[in-house]
Amino acid sequence: MSETFEPVIIGFTCNWCSYRAADLAGTARVKYPPNVRLIRMMCSGRLDPTFVMKALSGGADGVLITGCHPGECHYIEQNYKALRRFILLKRTLTQMGIEAGRIKLVWASAAEGVKLAEEIGKMVEEVRALGPLNWNSGQLSVNSQQSTDHRLLITDNLVKEAV
Amino acid sequence: MSAKPKFAMYWAAACGGCEIAVLNIHEKILDVDANFDVVFWPVAMDAKYKDVEAMEDESILLTLFNGGIRNDENEKMAKLMRRKSKILVAFGSCACEGCIPGLANFSNATEIIDTAFHTITTDDGSEVKLQTHYPAPEGEIHIPTLLPILKTLDDVVKVDYYMPGCPPESHQIAAVIDLVVQVLQGKATLPPPGATIGVGNSTVCDECKRARNEKKIKYFTRIQLAHPDPALCLLEQGIPCNGPATRSGCGALCPTAGAQCIGCYGPAEGVMDYGSRLISSFASVVDGNTPEEIEKVIDGIADPAGQFYRFSLPGSLLKQGR
Repeated sequence: MSETFEPVIIGFTCNWCSYRAADLAGTARVKYPPNVRLIRMMCSGRLDPTFVMKALSGGADGVLITGCHPGECHYIEQNYKALRRFILLKRTLTQMGIEAGRIKLVWASAAEGVKLAEEIGKMVEEVRALGPLNWNSGQLSVNSQQSTDHRLLITDNLVKEAV
Repeated sequence: MSAKPKFAMYWAAACGGCEIAVLNIHEKILDVDANFDVVFWPVAMDAKYKDVEAMEDESILLTLFNGGIRNDENEKMAKLMRRKSKILVAFGSCACEGCIPGLANFSNATEIIDTAFHTITTDDGSEVKLQTHYPAPEGEIHIPTLLPILKTLDDVVKVDYYMPGCPPESHQIAAVIDLVVQVLQGKATLPPPGATIGVGNSTVCDECKRARNEKKIKYFTRIQLAHPDPALCLLEQGIPCNGPATRSGCGALCPTAGAQCIGCYGPAEGVMDYGSRLISSFASVVDGNTPEEIEKVIDGIADPAGQFYRFSLPGSLLKQGR
């Protein structure tokens, strides 16, 4: 991909840990790339896989899900549910052709501003290397392209036969 | 000519089961005939596209359109039927959300053609090739061209009502026909535009008689490998049952008969992405807290994307795989 490609990553953060970690990174002036758009939720367990699908279909190149470390959930055990959903969602998306690197789960406590910033930085670079996703933009770009080829192929054959 | 309102039914990319479901309403079909003038229904009567083209716009009161939009002919007919119809109903799972033909969206058109014409199961595949035009003695024959992906009916035209199901249950069809007849007689009003009709408002689980407890799934298996307890929730027994995300309306036929729900009635009210809802409901109750434990349980779901989008890939947020 071209050097100018800036991935858009939607980051879902937990109110009690990762959102505060991001806040801490800000207060401590730890820099992280602006490619990530953080959305605060009350808990990573609130993350409906629909949000991820919606983000990807709406133009995001990757999705970052963050939550409290296992055992430290503000709501006792909802981050385990986030983990389970994440694993199944990732398998499904991989089957649909979305690279595993585009969706990531990171645990970050409220004190781990630096860690979160690093993880964001790493993910942005990974997704940048994967290139744009462009899932539904421009009317289903990838398959349209392939099918245009297929149509051209058929038309080409016709022309040849007609000659 | 009779002054009865006009009725049409058309199929695009579908198996024909929807047509059979309509005939399966038994003597109610006489109500259709008594109240409607059937002007176009290729499966049941002889009519040509040009007859429809010659009709006045919006002259057909009710068109039941089943099937997805797989090729240019389907798309052309969808647009034609839309123009000629007052009420266009996306009838059956294919028209609503793509259904089984929509699973082809996991492949591109070239792969589909190759599989159909050049796999080892094709007799003498080397000699067979796709011809979209063929000069027959009677004139040139044109075979429709595949679109890049299968689209749902509302991807190409405005749809007034949705009636899901694979096929819609006959008693639901009969109820809808009853309603339309009552509307014609001024005894009832039509539901709001864009409504899903002939369905319940809850999930299949809600109609299912099996006992449900708090779930902790230790393994997933396939139904043919298990001997499930007939009185207990199938999902609890590790059988991937799509009931939690599926719209009610069928009366939980499959779980009652001992098979898992596969989701033909589509997403329940308020569900934006059917597969996502299922991912959520299956994964949340997996018994395991470490990635290794969870992976091991989830290994039992052989084909997650197929399981979660069997009927709804073209209607999902991502619309396709690639």
